[in-house]
Amino acid sequence: MTYLHHVLDHLRKDLRLEWRSRDSINGMLFFALLVVVVFGLAFDPAGYPTTTRQISGGVLWVALLFASITALNLSWARELRNQVLEAQRMAPAPASALFVGKALANMLFVLVVEAFLAPIFIVFFNLHVLGNVWLLALILPLGTWALVVNGTFFAALGLRARNRELLLPLLLLPISLPALLAMVQATTGVLTADLDAIQINTWIKQLVGYDIIFTTICILLFETVLNAE
Amino acid sequence: MEQRNPTLRSVGWLWFGIAVAVLVVGFRQAIFLTPTDAAQGDAGRIFYYHVPTAMLSLIFPYLNFAASLAYLFWRTRDPLKALSADAFALASAEVAVVYASITLITGSIWGRVAWGIWWTWDARLTSMLLLWLLYVSYLMLRRFSATGQSQTLAAVLSVFAAVDVPIVYMSIRWWRTQHPAPVFGGGPNSGMDKSMLPAFFWNLAAWAIWGIFILIFRFALQRRRQFAEQEAALQAIEASLEIPQ
Repeated sequence: MTYLHHVLDHLRKDLRLEWRSRDSINGMLFFALLVVVVFGLAFDPAGYPTTTRQISGGVLWVALLFASITALNLSWARELRNQVLEAQRMAPAPASALFVGKALANMLFVLVVEAFLAPIFIVFFNLHVLGNVWLLALILPLGTWALVVNGTFFAALGLRARNRELLLPLLLLPISLPALLAMVQATTGVLTADLDAIQINTWIKQLVGYDIIFTTICILLFETVLNAE
Repeated sequence: MEQRNPTLRSVGWLWFGIAVAVLVVGFRQAIFLTPTDAAQGDAGRIFYYHVPTAMLSLIFPYLNFAASLAYLFWRTRDPLKALSADAFALASAEVAVVYASITLITGSIWGRVAWGIWWTWDARLTSMLLLWLLYVSYLMLRRFSATGQSQTLAAVLSVFAAVDVPIVYMSIRWWRTQHPAPVFGGGPNSGMDKSMLPAFFWNLAAWAIWGIFILIFRFALQRRRQFAEQEAALQAIEASLEIPQ
């Protein structure tokens, strides 16, 4: 029970920090919007509706992935000011509570961005979803968690590195490729209605498995990373 | 500084000699003695380099994973043993990247001749590429991270990579098998003709011996670097003690 309290305290602190500055969400939202605009200019989505449906799952996830990478570094850089992180290391609270709280906060930020981005995306890409739209309400959070949990972990891992902004995508992308494959395939399957329900189901199950496995490893190894000297 | 051990040194030279000798025999078997493949012509001979390096490039990541786990276990209990485990992890990751690169390059050359294209997103090719990417990112982390931390962080990343490899393998197999059958045939012809066996096994042995040689050579080099760093740190401490207060 105390563990849950620690997690909630960390989550509340991160949410309050974000509420006062709104740096992460604004930055991510504008960045994702720019990526969508660039792809829109490149492909002429209104002219080719079938092609658009086939590629827009990938475009959406690429926009979200790059946008969340920009925010993930920021979320740990906040802890560096005034040696807050050193204080966290000395605190008797379990280290993984800090990680879980921050991952949940990042997850909420990205979900907010998705909530704003999805309607814009549908309008810009002139999308008519052919499959079951409500499945996206399941795929988007699962995929976001897969990106955010590993992203928060690797941002902490590269925190003291020489060029951490460069290091994070270099580590996060290769590890996340199976999750990216699953979420892009599931999203495209829903948008085009090309995949039958069983196949989409299997991709979702893979995402769930990926989320569970990597959340466990992150929680187990976070203390090692935090105290790596 | 560690004393150079003359016995180990001559064993190393002997191992190197054996590696070169077996490589030469393997080359002779593969290029001159084995009959030309009826379907593929002389291009088929790259098989004797491609398949052994591919098989070996799947073994070195396991060594890296085991060494990283050993490092994480010994990190606080026995730092000296942990250092040597770390050196071994680095060496095996580098050899894994080298062998995976050779596999990708030779496979690509063969693909150009046999299929007419350098690359296709087939299940095997994609999973090999992802394996290569994972271990390149491991080496990048070792290069970028701050000194003093890099061993621990690299060991943590190695655990992630090792967990990721089976997931990659399964998800890509699923990704490709749901599509219609691959255009260029699933994989190598099942089973091998008897005339191909000697060339194949000589090359497998040769590349295994060579891989172990560069692995241990790189390990020894890294150990020597670690000793030099320790020596430098010790001298710095001693020098700081001699300053009159």
